[in-house]
Amino acid sequence: MSELLSLSASEQARRIAEKTVSATELCDAYLARIDANDADLGSYLRVDHEGARAQAHAVDAAVCAGDSVGPLAGVPIALKDLLVTESLETTAGSKILEGWVPPYEGSVVRKLRSAGAVILGKLNLDEFAMGSSNEHSAFRPCKNPWDLGRVPGGSSGGSAAAVSASLCAMSLGTDTGGSIRQPASFCGLVGLKPTYGRVSRHGLIAYASSFDQIGPLATCAEDAALMLEVIAGGDILDATCSTEPVPAYQAACKRDVKGLVIGIAKEMEGEDVDTAVSAAVAAAIAELESAGAEVRRISLPHTRYSLPTYYLLATAEASSNLARFDGVRYGKRKGNEEALQNMYEKTRGAGFGAEVKTRIMLGTFALRAGYYDAYYKKAQQVRTLIADDFRKAFAEVDVIASPTAPTTAFPFGAKKTPIDMYKADVFTLSCNLAGLPGLSMNCGFDDSGMPIGLQLLAAPMQEETLLQCAAAYQRQTDWHTRRPNFGGQP
Amino acid sequence: MSAMLSNEKWEAVIGLEVHVQLATKSKAFSASAVQYGAAPNSLTDPTVLALPGSLPVFNEEGLRLAMRLGLALGCTIAKHSRFARKHYFYPDQPAGYQISQYDEPICAGGSVPILEDGVRKEIALTRIHLENDAGKNNHAGARSLVDLNRAGVALCEVVSEPVLRSATEAADYMRSLRQIVRFLGVSEGDMEKGHLRCDANVSIRPRGREAFGTRTELKNINSFKFVQQAIEHEIARQIRALEAGETIVQETRLWDADAGRSRSMRGKEEALDYRYFPDPDLPPLEVSDATIEQIRSELPELPLDARARLIALGLAAADAEQLSSERRLLAYYDATLASLGKSNAKLAANWVSGALLAELGRLGKSIGDSPLEPARLAGLLKLIADDTISGKIAKGILARMMESPDEAKDIVEREGLGQITDSSALEAIVDELLDNNPKQVQGYREGNQKLLGFFVGQVMKATGGKANPKMVNQLLRARLDT
Repeated sequence: MSELLSLSASEQARRIAEKTVSATELCDAYLARIDANDADLGSYLRVDHEGARAQAHAVDAAVCAGDSVGPLAGVPIALKDLLVTESLETTAGSKILEGWVPPYEGSVVRKLRSAGAVILGKLNLDEFAMGSSNEHSAFRPCKNPWDLGRVPGGSSGGSAAAVSASLCAMSLGTDTGGSIRQPASFCGLVGLKPTYGRVSRHGLIAYASSFDQIGPLATCAEDAALMLEVIAGGDILDATCSTEPVPAYQAACKRDVKGLVIGIAKEMEGEDVDTAVSAAVAAAIAELESAGAEVRRISLPHTRYSLPTYYLLATAEASSNLARFDGVRYGKRKGNEEALQNMYEKTRGAGFGAEVKTRIMLGTFALRAGYYDAYYKKAQQVRTLIADDFRKAFAEVDVIASPTAPTTAFPFGAKKTPIDMYKADVFTLSCNLAGLPGLSMNCGFDDSGMPIGLQLLAAPMQEETLLQCAAAYQRQTDWHTRRPNFGGQP
Repeated sequence: MSAMLSNEKWEAVIGLEVHVQLATKSKAFSASAVQYGAAPNSLTDPTVLALPGSLPVFNEEGLRLAMRLGLALGCTIAKHSRFARKHYFYPDQPAGYQISQYDEPICAGGSVPILEDGVRKEIALTRIHLENDAGKNNHAGARSLVDLNRAGVALCEVVSEPVLRSATEAADYMRSLRQIVRFLGVSEGDMEKGHLRCDANVSIRPRGREAFGTRTELKNINSFKFVQQAIEHEIARQIRALEAGETIVQETRLWDADAGRSRSMRGKEEALDYRYFPDPDLPPLEVSDATIEQIRSELPELPLDARARLIALGLAAADAEQLSSERRLLAYYDATLASLGKSNAKLAANWVSGALLAELGRLGKSIGDSPLEPARLAGLLKLIADDTISGKIAKGILARMMESPDEAKDIVEREGLGQITDSSALEAIVDELLDNNPKQVQGYREGNQKLLGFFVGQVMKATGGKANPKMVNQLLRARLDT
């Protein structure tokens, strides 16, 4: 493997701008590594050799001509296949959309392109982002590069596995209940879920609209900051997108953590957490303390209701968002077209996988006439209480630290029931319920050599604080520099 | 037994839901243009097609128009309202849900005025809410073709209380609503283009009873005529059923205009569960007091208010109604009156609604693009009012003013069209006339009074129509009757 691939994305961008590395050379190195190794990993659903090379050539031409290039010029990245890419097939990991080539570009993808990013391809995921292990991909499971017998996490499993295995420099995932942070934790990366509204959702195929956010997965805090600076900001095509100015996230990475107050919530510890995970998280917090941060115990009393609250609201929204997949305008149409009901049933019956159907049914149930108050409305009220808990907490502390997940990556097939699987998200859900920014970063390994994730949460629009903490931690430790022994290490 | 007889025993209870297409240039939640009659599926975009990943963004103009209508109808404007998703599967509904408002509509209460035997009556409203339209399924044999040009068009749904009591009243209500939305510029209100579409909830009950009977919902009634027919038909059907000892089934019925009857679409058991919930893609609508007051301050006078004002000026009810039927016509009339003075309100009414509209019709123009401006018309009417010219001369001048920028006064002066009011000149003409027609004079004096008309005609002929008819009459009578 080319040593170029072990460089951070920020470093790659610098070298391309300085003309010490060509975008084409870098792009080809990644494509070669993908072609040689991804069959074993399954992180990509589609590799866009032609498109990626064309973008790399364009960057090289611009650099040679002395034109100013964007902050991501020539950096090879890849996108969760939940993000709409014009003229490049987009499936959401579902059979129902197989073969759909979008006629439009999502806002974030447009921003990436104008920043000069080279898009290598589309990454594997749980179907419609519904899952925590990537086992619900309709096409093939993606594996964990640290141990191919284990899951990479989900739903942005492909996004985590590909970065971890050096099959792209950075990636974008989406996070509805932990889908960036949990796979980042399982694969030893930095994963950042921005504040709800910080990044446009236009072009993000909706799972649960009031939760979904696009965010970066990267090997270090600086890279995540670089990516977030590009993708954050207002968008007239998304009414829920904030127009607040985008801070200099890369600059935030240079700050230390002296005087920063870290909260530890008693509700985010517990017997269900692996001892190795608890120990690594405690050590990481101690590390931050030694760097000048202060630790304070806090309580988030209503977060214990996060799991049922999330699954009521997210499935309700999902049942609505997925109604459009009816076989009329796009995707695979099945059944007898002369009988409308038959067409709907056959199209959706054949097109959706079991987990998606489960969530559509749960959501449909929750929204039934006469049950709205008991389920949806009540859950919204609890959501408000959870958000209030955080509001109060952030009056006292700057960040809240916890494990990202109770365990490290588990073997395929380990979660026998949906509830077991849902519990893998127990620490990540409250962040989405409250619309907060959340970050996961590697803070060590367990006895099996699997990475452990530390989750940091901050008040709305305080991504800088998260990146500041993560970068400070990474200056003191080297966990994040370790790579899995996959496909020949750099 | 006739329906008429039964109607004395039964009372109908009717509530209307009228969908009004708002006059926005682009769709409710995306930038696609709104246009009638474009090539199928040419007015679409990712949001209209509900492509995966697309999002709705609300068109603020739709909100302004709905508030304008609400304020004009005396509704309470909600300072905080919200969009909700209304779910059902149908190929003309791309997202699988309609974006509507459910428990937090933009307008509550208010009323639509109608005239009942010339007396104003307020029809109470429940609410007005914003929503988007569906597309259209065109059925071609066993297959259906979907046209999504109309999908996403901004509508507001005006929901009345169940206070209408007859098909005629329902049709009057819809007419009045149409006139108001056109007055306000809230909708083009073109019935042919489906700008107003109506669903009616109809039930009957024995007169004097307070409790409502079982209602049926009639869908798809899109003209005043069909509203009347469909509701009349439904009332008669329900009366027949109840008098035959049957019960009314709560159901949705589709009005088939061609067949002149309704048919059951779905019963209560098949009633759709729309699974309403707040649309998470759209932030709540927040409206400030300042915005509300701004829109209120821009409201024009409404047709029935204008009608009452015109009647107070002395106009006949029919004239007042006609002049207040359309905003630009009323504005024209008011501008004319502003130049002419209110004492000539009737004169102006006669000329605007009579000769002017006739001339415009002949030229194929509407009042809005009349080549004769109100001030110049007023100038012409002043000459009639002060007896400078006769009505007949004025008609000719009016026709010429449609084609030239001249003032009436200048035409009259230039061409010497002023009435001859000089009595000595007229006396000479009259004397000559009587001298030359001794037979007729004798005939008149022997009792043939009709001959007066002959003499008047002759004087007018001799003066080229310029003689003041009143003076001619007086002079003739003075000569002949002595």
